[in-house]
Amino acid sequence: MKHRTFFWFILPTLSAMILFIALPIVSVFIQSLFIQHEQVIVESESCGPFGCTPTSSVDTEATAKLREEQPLGRFNGFNTYANRSHLAFAEVGEAWHTTDSLGGFIDAVMDLPFYKALIFTLSYTFVVTPLVIVLGLAIAVGVNKLPKLIKGPSIFVSLLPFLVTPLVGSLILFWMVDGDGIIGATLQLIFDDPSLSIKASTPLMWIMLMVYGVWHTLPFSFITFYAGLQTVPQDILEAARIDGASKWQSMMLVVVPHLMPLVSFVTLMLLMDNFRVFEPIVSFNAQAHATSLSWFIYNDLRESGNPLYASAGATSMLTILGVVILLTPVLIRTWRDFNRKSH
Amino acid sequence: MATKRDTQLSPLAIVTYGAVALWLIIAAFPFLWTFWGSFKVQADFFSKADWTNALYGVNTVRETGGAFTGQGYEGAWVKEEFWKNAINSTVVVFFTVTISLTFGTLGGYALARSGFRYAFWILFAALVFRAMPHITLVSGYLLPFFEWNIWGIKPTTIIVLVAINQPFTLWMLHSFFLNIPKDMDESAMVDGCTRFQAFRYVIIPVMWPGVITTGLFSFLLAYNDFAVTAMLLSEENETIIPAINSFLGSDQVEGSIMFAVAAVVSVTAPLLVLVLFFQRQIVSGLTAGAVKG
Repeated sequence: MKHRTFFWFILPTLSAMILFIALPIVSVFIQSLFIQHEQVIVESESCGPFGCTPTSSVDTEATAKLREEQPLGRFNGFNTYANRSHLAFAEVGEAWHTTDSLGGFIDAVMDLPFYKALIFTLSYTFVVTPLVIVLGLAIAVGVNKLPKLIKGPSIFVSLLPFLVTPLVGSLILFWMVDGDGIIGATLQLIFDDPSLSIKASTPLMWIMLMVYGVWHTLPFSFITFYAGLQTVPQDILEAARIDGASKWQSMMLVVVPHLMPLVSFVTLMLLMDNFRVFEPIVSFNAQAHATSLSWFIYNDLRESGNPLYASAGATSMLTILGVVILLTPVLIRTWRDFNRKSH
Repeated sequence: MATKRDTQLSPLAIVTYGAVALWLIIAAFPFLWTFWGSFKVQADFFSKADWTNALYGVNTVRETGGAFTGQGYEGAWVKEEFWKNAINSTVVVFFTVTISLTFGTLGGYALARSGFRYAFWILFAALVFRAMPHITLVSGYLLPFFEWNIWGIKPTTIIVLVAINQPFTLWMLHSFFLNIPKDMDESAMVDGCTRFQAFRYVIIPVMWPGVITTGLFSFLLAYNDFAVTAMLLSEENETIIPAINSFLGSDQVEGSIMFAVAAVVSVTAPLLVLVLFFQRQIVSGLTAGAVKG
């Protein structure tokens, strides 16, 4: 295809991506370097019978005008990145020196909002992803063995948790595990503890969010592995069986290696999607116990009437950095594959 | 080939069947439960005393006289004017899907037919863009959109959703067009067609299966989106998902949580229909990227 034709074909999609994905990243970066203007202070002297005293007052009009003229605010360099709400170098350093045990240090760091969000996001990603892969494979093997008649309906049912809107899916689960909901109330009855509530307990909230994560993404890995199972060469399985391999052995030594390319594809997709965990925290009203990086940005932007663009920008840049680090192995592999193909 | 050994009920098979059955219950039960409960009053749906109340609707009978009530649906659709949000969603979803398929088809075709190095770089960039959490992009939109006075209106949101959708659409249609033999459009060009004519008369007639599959996923992205629509739409243009979230913010009134339950069921119903009719396409779409490794 000629360069010129290629250009016209790719123009709409490329301009959409440049304008609304690439440029916003630049815009986020610029925002993160600025901070809102301070209020304009007017110094004046008020003179009374006992002499004059200097007073200062806020000139709201001038402040509003300044903010209007320069909506970005004043230049702040990388200070937003280093402040208490983000990387908090000073606070982490202090915690390192003042706490005497590792546990105490972790507790102190967990009080810092950015680290709290980061630690939850990473735990969520690295707990949910492997669980979903293992369980997805197990269910795919199971469904593959089902009689043909019930395969279709069971795939239909399995797809539901994945396709349902995340906000809605997590709400449905949340209502059930609520202290008054069916699962929540039953658990209270079983443990004979009427105060048992996921709203009041950090570990329970973490577990519940991760359970939701598994429930929501399991269908994706299941379907992918199920499709992969249809392509397993039967003669190799047959040969393994003749050589005396047990079902478990032919599963681990023939089927799983055959599915390995799929496993890395599913891992990539799951890492990307789990790292942006956001909606369940809104639905579960979980912010007191668990926050994620995405939720942290959302919260800054929601700050009523006065969105914290600088703070949201800094968190966004750090999140993007996290995504890139997470994807580096995959990106390197894609790059190598392409080079191998082109030579 | 099912041999005798396959069909025998070994302990392993029983465990497998058990696990599958358990998963199917876990997958389906929350939906059935919420659907059933949406026709009850709050005291039944959240009945701490006895969970069977939610099945038989003891309080529903006491309060409304019947075992089923449409109060939640009436409250959501009529009182809270959920139908306005539904119309907004229809508009946003329709235009997002149409535009992103148009852009994606052109781009995906070009990428599949161009062997140049920059085609790879575009796909590579798209892969990175695909991984961006949407909310990080939203924080970049707000300030410029306020400045240009285009915040809150539907066209802005539509074009943003189209853009966010592009990386995925491009990858999917690119791998789909790779499977259409090059000879088809090239022989048309030998016969004197321009590249665009070849695309118009040879490729477009055969591309519909891939476009429909991709369209389903574009639909899901636009329909399910919360981060973008919650931040970029003014209250009157709000779509259904952020609207459900605002129901919850005001759940002080007794029974208004049932509005949210009814709305949740209403939002899930179209998805159910979608899976019913397009199960095959959705499954093939989910695995489309995987086949290429």
